[in-house]
Formats: sequence, structure tokens, C-alpha cells
Amino acid sequence: MTRTWSELLGDADGRRETEDEQRGFFGRLRDSLTKSRRALTGELAAAAFDPADDAAWERLEEALIGADVGVRATAELVRRLEARGVAGDLAGPLAEEIADLLGEPATLGVAARPSVILVVGVNGTGKTTTIGKLAQKLRQHDRSVLLAAADTFRAAAEEQLEIWARRADADFVGSERGADPAAVAYDALERAAAGAHDVVIVDTAGRLHTQANLMDELAKVRRVIAGKLDGAPHETLLVVDATTGQNGLQQARLFGDAVGVTGVALTKLDGSAKGGIAVAIAYELGLPMKLVGVGEALDDLRPFHAPDFARALVAG
Amino acid sequence: MFDTLSDRLQGALGGVRGSARLEDEAISRAMREIRLALLEADVNLNVVKEFVAQVRERALGAEVTKSLTPGQEVVRIVHEELTALMGAGSSKLAVAPSPPTVILLAGLQGSGKTTAAAKLALLLRNEGRKPGLVAADLQRPAAIDQLEQLGRQIQVPVYREDTSDPVGAVRAGLQRARAEQRDVVIVDTAGRLQIDEPLMEELGAVRREARPTNVLLVLDAMTGQEAVNVAQTFQERVAFDGVVLTKLDGDARGGAALSVKAVTGKPIKLVSVGEKLDQLEYFHPDRMASRILGMGDVLSLIEKAEAAVEEDEQQAMEERLRKGQFTFDDFLSAQRMLRRMGPLQGVLKLIPGLGSQLKGVDIDEAQLRRVEAIVLSMTPQERRLPHVINGSRRQRIARGSGTTVQQVNQLLESRKQMEKLMKQMGKGKMPTLPGQLDLGAPQAPGPNGGSRSKSKKKKRSKARR
Repeated sequence: MTRTWSELLGDADGRRETEDEQRGFFGRLRDSLTKSRRALTGELAAAAFDPADDAAWERLEEALIGADVGVRATAELVRRLEARGVAGDLAGPLAEEIADLLGEPATLGVAARPSVILVVGVNGTGKTTTIGKLAQKLRQHDRSVLLAAADTFRAAAEEQLEIWARRADADFVGSERGADPAAVAYDALERAAAGAHDVVIVDTAGRLHTQANLMDELAKVRRVIAGKLDGAPHETLLVVDATTGQNGLQQARLFGDAVGVTGVALTKLDGSAKGGIAVAIAYELGLPMKLVGVGEALDDLRPFHAPDFARALVAG
Repeated sequence: MFDTLSDRLQGALGGVRGSARLEDEAISRAMREIRLALLEADVNLNVVKEFVAQVRERALGAEVTKSLTPGQEVVRIVHEELTALMGAGSSKLAVAPSPPTVILLAGLQGSGKTTAAAKLALLLRNEGRKPGLVAADLQRPAAIDQLEQLGRQIQVPVYREDTSDPVGAVRAGLQRARAEQRDVVIVDTAGRLQIDEPLMEELGAVRREARPTNVLLVLDAMTGQEAVNVAQTFQERVAFDGVVLTKLDGDARGGAALSVKAVTGKPIKLVSVGEKLDQLEYFHPDRMASRILGMGDVLSLIEKAEAAVEEDEQQAMEERLRKGQFTFDDFLSAQRMLRRMGPLQGVLKLIPGLGSQLKGVDIDEAQLRRVEAIVLSMTPQERRLPHVINGSRRQRIARGSGTTVQQVNQLLESRKQMEKLMKQMGKGKMPTLPGQLDLGAPQAPGPNGGSRSKSKKKKRSKARR
């Protein structure tokens, strides 16, 4: 059973999901992508795992590293499997341990009214697209949504978000290119203060986590939001591209330092990338995964479900 | 988090100097470290294996040069092999015998195609070409607006078509570009997953229509193990000629660059090193090798310094310094030169050996801004003749700059120190600087010494002046 939007949003008796939605990203992935996704299990002959065979352990290590899980999390997984005394079928235990590293299921902090979600990340990870789909999902779950275009740097970023706002039937606070992003966030909160909005989502410009001045600017956006509304931002989501390698750790670390990331949205998992960097981020930094993006369609943004993800990673 | 490979090899092989040969066991230890370092840099696993086997063969029985430790010797070999592997093939773009030269950009979503298209147009314009841009990304909302805005910014025409057919958009765009006698046309396409059959089919059709002189794969430097699959599929479907590596201004080690080169044989042609539109450069394999190995990048640093400091500005300052004058105006312009090179943290990271020492160290950009605020709160006379700054002036400056009198005093004191230093230098004495940086032994002999061109050597000595 996959995780539903109602569960993610903390709705006790939320609207029932369609069968298609419930099938979850695991099913969707399996349907559409099995041929292109070479599963770990295939690479390591997991059905007949022989713990006495050094080469088998090496294949396991290589498969995990090949999935971008990274050297440290891989070592941890190997250690755990050794401790379990795994033999024969490797796929089940491996998926369990990966799910365990990924931690408890998370919820999205949208209980407060209004709730503010600040969305951050490096360039090109899919922040604006994720926001557009999240807005639509929130609308379907009876939340009124305000989108704030605080990406004042990239050309036409505002237009892109505005198109999404129209599609999702959300309200929209725009900005001039080059304007102060903190001022845009302020304007949005000002508008939400009238009480007409349940959730405010603030889009920010993509920035590399190493650019100190841009990270300062982001910290200022956060400060302004926190100063304007007690308890805000209720969520600070880091958007990470599933094709990212080990640099994803640095992204999570430095964005965390600057704005206190509360959760991760893993996007573009519909490619052949396995998104193992999520395991590394969860294991090394303890950051919960909250959302996954598996395609261009609206229903392709899903609540993150660790057992599903782990199974997809291991079994394809 | 990343120790440099040289440090790690030092640990694995010991720092013993001597003319010993590299022995089998030591090499095995070293190869494990290299394997790990390359994996952490996101080089593809299979590429790592092959590469390590190759290096191993070369290292086996290699003589350790007198001046190096075994660890340094291995780093030298690895660096050379990496440089050779990535350097094969030209970073030059092909030019069509009869214009226009058509350059087609393709890649995954979010790899930076649109920005790269504008940057490339600007680079070519600065080389004296007449570029035009064709907008063929009809998928992403507002992608065409983005390209148009960028085009306006760099004064390059953007050809757009109201259609949902990218092939038609390319045909019309190229026609108009020809009519306007553009000699280079850059085609920006929609991002697509390499496993998306219909979209890859469409890209093939766009390619056939555009008949490009160059097809460039735009690849995010932060890409992980997947880079190989992406590159292989794009290679099969659109046969690209080279790679544009983007977002290299971050701290990604960029191992994907090596993977792609290794599996497709296609060279990296251009690298994007910053958000500004003029921050696209031709590829330097030796620098990329250093980066993947976590060895810093002295040459980039020197070029950054040169770009930031204008020649006459530099001369004027030298002139004054020789006379032993160091006013607050000089102070300010020196600081601004430094800041123009980018965030200090980033600049310092380029210095070999310093990168790993810097982790956890916070370079206080705020303090630099404070200093600037103090100087800007001085009158022109005060900046020229600092001795006139008495108590009440200090109070006024502190108020004006939002600082305290203590902070103003501190700055006055450090200017005095600096002037003293300059006077010594002016007399030809080499002052002893406190805490001179130890740049780390591995770089000293220059692991890539042979491949540096003469012009770069000249540049280096100039920059050291």
C-alpha cells in the first residue's frame, strides 16, 4: 500500500484517491520503464546470493555505488546485511535496509493557516514544475493556494510559474525581474494575511549552494518570512534532481545550513536514474524525503514512500 | 568532507622520499584510494575500473622521481592519464564551409540548455561572429520567453515561431537567420529524458531538419552515475559531436565529464563556470583532471585574477605603491579587485591544498563589506590624507557606516601597517608576511608541467608580480 496525499498532508479523512493515484509511483515506474531500468537485482544475481563469495559482496557494493547511493551509505548497507547473515534471496533484505535508512514516513507541514512552504534548490532541478504540481494537488485536497514568484533572477521564471498558477487555479503574486525576492515573499504573506489562503508556496531562484552571496539572499528570504508570520516557513523543501551524483549531499548540507531544510523533493525519477542519492542524503544528514516526481503528468508528483522507493531501487 | 586524493595517497603510501620503485602492494593500496576518489567524484563505476587498471599498469615498476614521494608520483601518473584521456579531441567548434554554422543543443531537462545557448551566442559574438538563436523548446512553459529575454540582454536576435511543431520552428528559424545573414545559428531544443521514445524521435527529426555543423550535448556537472546512460543514448540517437558541461561553478567534482568522454569518445568543448552570461569558456583538460582529483585549480585562479584586474588599473596602483603611498582609495580599489573575482570562499578553494583546509572556515564576506562601508563614509580628503582623521571625524565615519569607532580605528591601523609594508617593498626589500600559505607539496613540481603552454607560463609570472 502506497502513501496517499491525505496521509502526507495529515488529513484524517481526506478525499479518496483514484485507483490510478493509488497505484503509486512504483507501479507507474514498473509499467513504463522496466525495459530501461536495469534493476540492481539483475546486476547482482540477488536470488542466489552467496555470503561466502567475496565477489558477490563486491558486486553488491558496485551496484549500490552505480545507483549513486554513495560510498558511506553503501558501506553501512553492506555492514547491516552482513550482520543479518543474509543468504539466498538478497532483494528483500536489501530493500528493507534501504527503507530503514530512509527513515519514518514524513508529513508535509500544512496544518497551520496559512502555511508557508519555501522551495529551494540548485538550478534546473525542477522547482517551479514541482510547485505547480504540488499546488494542483493541494487544490484537489481542498486547500486554497497562493504562489509567490520569488525567482526574480532567471529570465521568464515568473511567466512559467504564472502559467502553473492558472493551471492549478491558484492565486499568484508576481515580481519584476531583478526585484528583491524577500520583498516578493513579504508581499505574498501580506496577501495571505487577509485569510483567504491555506497554503503559500514561495518559489525561489535556483542557485548553486557554493555561491555565498546568493545563499545569503536566500537566508534573508527565510528571515523575512519568519519575521512576518510566526512559525513560518512551515516547510522548507529542497528539490533534488534524481540524476544528481554525490554532489547532492553537499547541496543538502549547505542549503540546510543556510535555510534549515525540512524535507526533500526528489524529481525526475522517471529517467533511468535510480535516485540513490536520496539514500545518501537521508542516511548522512537525516533529512526526510517528502515528495517524488516521476514524470511530466500531474499525478506523477507523489508522496514519498520509503518501502516503494527501496523496492523500485532494488527490484526495478 | 573530501580529502584531496594526494593527502589520501600520502596516507596510503607513506611520505618516504627516495628513488624506490613503486611496488605491487603499495600500488594496490594506492589504486583502492584512487578508485574511491573517482567514485566520490561521480565517475562511472565501469569507467573507474577500466581507468584504474590502465593506471595500475603504468604505475607498476615506475621509478619514483627523486623530488617526489611515492604518493605524489602516483598522483602525477593519475593526473597525466586523466588529462590525456580528457584532452583527446578538439574543443574547437566546427565551422560550416558555407555559412551559417548551425549548432544544435540537446540534453536532459534542467541541464541548462537555454542559458548555455545564450552564453554561447555571446561568446561567439565576442569572437566577431554574427550569431542568431532559434527557439525550439516548445515544451517547457515560458522557455521561449526566457530565450527572448536573454537574447535582448546580449543583443542577439531570437527567431521564434508560433507553432507546436519543433521541426517547423527550426525550419522557419533557420530561413530567417539565413535571410538576415547570420553566420552562426544556435538551436535551443526542449529538455528530454533519453528514454522518452517519442521525444527522442522528435529530436532526431529536428536534427535532420537543422543539418547542424555541431550537435552539443548539454550536461550538468553534478550528474551522477547516470551520465553514461544519458550520453550513450543521445549518442545513438543524435550523434553529438561534443559536450557543454554546465554548473561547474559549484563544488561538483564533475566526474561525469570523464565518464562521458570515456564511453562516447566525444570531447568536452565548453564549460559554464558562472551565472553571468559571459561565463562560458573553452575546456581545459588539465584543469578538469585536477578538479576531479580534488587538487584545486591554480590556473583558473590566475585567469580569474587577470580578468578582474585591468591592466592600467594594476599599473597605476603599482606606481603609487612604489612610492610608498597607500591611501584609502587604493585600499578600496584593492578590495574591489579582490571581490570582483567572486566570493572569496570560492576563490580560495581554487588554491591547491587550501580547499580541504578551508572546510569549516568561514570567510567573513560581511567584514569585507563593513570595511568598504567605512571607507565610503570618509570624505575624499580623508581617503587621500588619512592623517587628518581625528576623533570627531572617527565618530562621524562610524555613524555614517553603521560601525563602531573601534572598528574604524582598526581599519586605520591596518592601513598604516599596509603602507609600511609597501614602503619596504618599494625599497626592494621582501617583507616577511606572517603565516605564509603552505601550498602543499604535491603541486610544487607541477604534475601537469609538460602540458602547459608557453603563454600560460608568461601569464603566471605576470600574475605573481
